[in-house]
Amino acid sequence: MTIGASDLKRMFDAIAVAIEADRDRLCQLDGVIGDADHGIAMALGFNAVRDALASLDLAATEPTALLNTAAKSFLNAVGASCGPLYATAFMRAAVAVKGKATLADAEFIALLQAMAQGIKDRGKAEIGEKTMVDAWQPAAEAAGASNAGGKSLADSLQAALAAAERGAESTKDMIAAKGRSSRLGERSLGHMDPGAASAVTVIGAMTRSLA
Amino acid sequence: MQTKKIINDGNRAVDEMLEGILAAHPRHLASVDGSPRSIIARDGPRPGKVGLVIGGGSGHEPTFLGFVGKGLADAAAIGNVFASPPPDPILECAKAVSGGTGVLFMYGNYAGDVMNFDMAAEMAGMDDIDVRTVLTTDDVASAPRDQRHKRRGVAGNFFIFKAAGAACDRMLSLDEVERIARKANDHTFTMGVALSPCSLPQTRRPNFEIGADEMEIGMGIHGEPGIARGKLGTADEITDEMLDKIFAEMAPKRGDKVAVLVNSLGSTPLMELYIMNRRVKQRLDAIGVSIHATWVGNYCTSLEMAGASVTLFHLDEELQAVLDHPCDCAMFRAG
Repeated sequence: MTIGASDLKRMFDAIAVAIEADRDRLCQLDGVIGDADHGIAMALGFNAVRDALASLDLAATEPTALLNTAAKSFLNAVGASCGPLYATAFMRAAVAVKGKATLADAEFIALLQAMAQGIKDRGKAEIGEKTMVDAWQPAAEAAGASNAGGKSLADSLQAALAAAERGAESTKDMIAAKGRSSRLGERSLGHMDPGAASAVTVIGAMTRSLA
Repeated sequence: MQTKKIINDGNRAVDEMLEGILAAHPRHLASVDGSPRSIIARDGPRPGKVGLVIGGGSGHEPTFLGFVGKGLADAAAIGNVFASPPPDPILECAKAVSGGTGVLFMYGNYAGDVMNFDMAAEMAGMDDIDVRTVLTTDDVASAPRDQRHKRRGVAGNFFIFKAAGAACDRMLSLDEVERIARKANDHTFTMGVALSPCSLPQTRRPNFEIGADEMEIGMGIHGEPGIARGKLGTADEITDEMLDKIFAEMAPKRGDKVAVLVNSLGSTPLMELYIMNRRVKQRLDAIGVSIHATWVGNYCTSLEMAGASVTLFHLDEELQAVLDHPCDCAMFRAG
């Protein structure tokens, strides 16, 4: 399939709905090892993206411009940690698809990988540090491998989602090394990282919206 | 069960608070045109003076914007509750207070604040504003001594911002202001204890659970868990535990001077703070350290959390001079 601006807008709308529905669970996860506002910040950010995209003339908007609008609206609504992280993800995605009016499967996979790399670069986090990178990086790798193996976009996104879920689950066994929970030391053990949990929600909504 | 709060709409709490603050302090504070979350001092920023921009999440009032005014910070960028402001309002603060000799960003060491302020600093650089950054890391409970750079900035911000603001007001160069800010941070030691949780206006749910007879030692100012949970002690026991940890780091010598801040995390009343301060004085007297000045009250809060922190600012001649330098802010005045 080819993905255009209206598909991307539908995808962001789906993420906003999914995150809003998940808001309280994310706050509760954050309350255990952080400051209990992760669900609020994520919902605020994706609702702002939905509102900003609603005012775009989609017929005259290329994916890059749409993704840059998403980045700016998310960042300015949120701040916090997830603001710069997701804003950087969307800006890198915008660069990855620059000049294209629509995206083929492999180009959307490249967009997903650029998002994951942007989050990693901005947060300076590595796998195993109990952050959203533990969901995003395996998701991007799984999508890339699946696509390279000739699978459809839907299958590749399913593979990404499964990898993100495993990654988020694995954060329960990690001691936080980045972000506010890093001051907890071993007391962070046994709890899922809220940023990894919300990454699964985001990737899940992307998958369902584009399948 | 939802907590009780005097609010209209949790999502509007920060903006409505700012409206109220500007209404109360028109002589001291104004917002930047078109950027309502950028609060600047009416008097203070001027050509040739290094601009001091502080900021962070809301919910810590009077930190940050209460310390905006002549002789202290020139501007504060205001975030959502417990969340860093995004780069735009920070950048607007930098532009508004830049006097052509550079701008210093100062804020507590939290991952979100670092990312947003760094992005704003990059953007200011494109506008030819020379930005330096000094993070506050005064919370001794938040990382071991050899990892001081990982520690959180908490109530000790008060002394560190004060020192840097005075250095700016004395028209010192950006290099000198930065040096004094870093020195002030190195000389500031805070330890806190929490007795009950706070709740965000958007959720109105307690952000952690704690037993009726328990306290969380070293809890952060956003309700992040501390280093240990213990049985609630007496005021003297709690104060001793804090001071033992602070003394171990500060290594005070007989004849040294300190400034003291006994700070409420929100709902702990002055009565309890003064009981703690009595113990602070006893302990300092016992080791021959004199108290140059003391502040007791709400200086860096965590919404309605119950608990308190003690900060010692280990003075030398230079730090005492900047501490004594006059300042006139919306919620704080000295000299």
